Amino acid sequence: MNAKVELNEVRIIREKRRNFKQYIPLYLMALPGLTYLLINNYLPLYGMQIAFRKLDYAKGVFRGDFVGLQNFRFLFATDYAWIMIRNTVLYNLLFILVGTVFGLMAAILFNEIRDRAAKKTYQSFLLVPYVISWVIVSYLAFAFLSNDTGFINNSILKPLGIEPINFYQEPKYWPFILLFFNIWKGIGYSILMYTARLITISNELYEAAEIDSATKWQQIRYITIPMLKPVLIMMITLALGRIFYSDFGLFYQLPMNSGALYDVTTTIDVYTFRALMKLGDITMSSAAGVFQSVVGFILLLLANALVRKFSKDDAIF
Amino acid sequence: MTPKKTKPRYRYRNWEISGHIVMTVLAVLAIAPFLLLIISSFTDEKVAISNGYSFFPEKFSLAAYRYILTQWQMIGRAYGVTIFITVVGTLAGVTMAGMLGYTLSKKDLPGRSLLLFIVVFVMFFNGGLTATYIIYTRIFHVKNTIFGLLLPNLLMNGYYVMMFRNYFENHVPKELIESAKIDGASESTTFFRIVVPVSMPMMVTIGMIVGLMYWNDWINGLYYLDLKSKLQPIQVILNNINENIRFLQNQDLATSSKLGYVELPSATVRMAIAVVGVLPLLCAFPFIQKWFVRGITEGALKG
Repeated sequence: MNAKVELNEVRIIREKRRNFKQYIPLYLMALPGLTYLLINNYLPLYGMQIAFRKLDYAKGVFRGDFVGLQNFRFLFATDYAWIMIRNTVLYNLLFILVGTVFGLMAAILFNEIRDRAAKKTYQSFLLVPYVISWVIVSYLAFAFLSNDTGFINNSILKPLGIEPINFYQEPKYWPFILLFFNIWKGIGYSILMYTARLITISNELYEAAEIDSATKWQQIRYITIPMLKPVLIMMITLALGRIFYSDFGLFYQLPMNSGALYDVTTTIDVYTFRALMKLGDITMSSAAGVFQSVVGFILLLLANALVRKFSKDDAIF
Repeated sequence: MTPKKTKPRYRYRNWEISGHIVMTVLAVLAIAPFLLLIISSFTDEKVAISNGYSFFPEKFSLAAYRYILTQWQMIGRAYGVTIFITVVGTLAGVTMAGMLGYTLSKKDLPGRSLLLFIVVFVMFFNGGLTATYIIYTRIFHVKNTIFGLLLPNLLMNGYYVMMFRNYFENHVPKELIESAKIDGASESTTFFRIVVPVSMPMMVTIGMIVGLMYWNDWINGLYYLDLKSKLQPIQVILNNINENIRFLQNQDLATSSKLGYVELPSATVRMAIAVVGVLPLLCAFPFIQKWFVRGITEGALKG
């Protein structure tokens, strides 16, 4: 009896080994990708320790004395800690709110157009801003906003007899400018996301509503918006999960890193970059980076758990 | 729309007309800045300085492009670098993500859930900019090398891997893979000869996205190249022109004169370089749009 069991076990182990051997080519195929993730994503996790160490070039960046949370205390003692967190969170909320409202309205109107060729043409135009880089956008914005040669100052304000505005030195205009370009770049994407869901709504629903002589407003209110609810919830929750992250290109390129605008354009990503590359302050930069990673991770997990509750397919994992 | 099909009793004509009006306005807003950029680049320098950039300049001129032609070496080299990193990065990234996604699509693979966790975890958690920078510069010494443009962040990520995995699981017939195995094909032969050809839509979709990321990238150049590096892709050149102007604006003339490499261009040359930088993408976009739309709706750009 015992011998039989043992024999069976040996067989199973042998089988497993053979099985494993059979999978070696597959593991080898996974290797390049995994190696890249190790270098690009996992080693930086190891690198996070510099935020908890005293910077000591003599010993090497990874060998400085362990100082616990001291670097974070220094970071939060600076004025910029508060400013960058405020900017990151508030701009994100503003973009989510206004972006969703505009995107939704545009998508509903887009959906009313029955001419397929026209729809395709509109879509092509609206996606162009989405695919170009923020560097290019900064040139486009400069053509409008430049103090001396900008279109707004020369062709709009001057004929109206209004004094030229020095946009790149005036913080008060930038929340609007940043919002405008964020929506300008993203509206094609929003329309695409919403209409992908809208075309799945069966026409019969609308026809039935018509027979009941529902107005278009009622149809939107009682058919379109409820059908869009899952995708709306998904997009808003995921955006809330990323509320600690900002689009570096938007906040760095568009204001052209102008010092006069730092108060309204410095987000966590911009601060981390500036501290590291312009000021050479590795400690503050890594503290900000680690703070962002950890809080961002928690928020993203929360958001993902929420999305899972509403619609499993739309969750990231 | 064929007029025959339009039922005369279509009740929501007004809604459709409003849709056309709003979309036309949005389309004009989307395109107008590009027109201003292009027209500005063809504007006479003196007119641009005295009247500003305009959609209807008083005088046109090719001077900006004539100047750019004299700088063809710099622009040509920049485009060479851009094309190189785009092609190499896209091919390598798609191959690596595809192979990893293929392995993960095998439901009976021992250790599959661990591998999945390894891929998915870093979609949520990353070490941050600074840690990444330190690792790449202190351990891998990518500063001022082509690897500084190719490796950090752009090559592939978990989203691509998961998209490939889902596609292989749901759209590649199991029988196809089984029959290849019976014929004695190895895993890699099966993948490259059987799976890749039938998965071309997903390959192209992800390839387009990776390619666009490389084509547009200026951030890796900002972190990993010195201002005097000869490896600057076109987007980085455009960024450095901005950086130089920033230095001048900040009255930091002493520092800016050291930068030397990119000369400060005049009002119209600046716009012309931006046109040269964006034109290939604008021309190619109608042809790649289809793949791109697919990539967006299927979630490659979720993050």
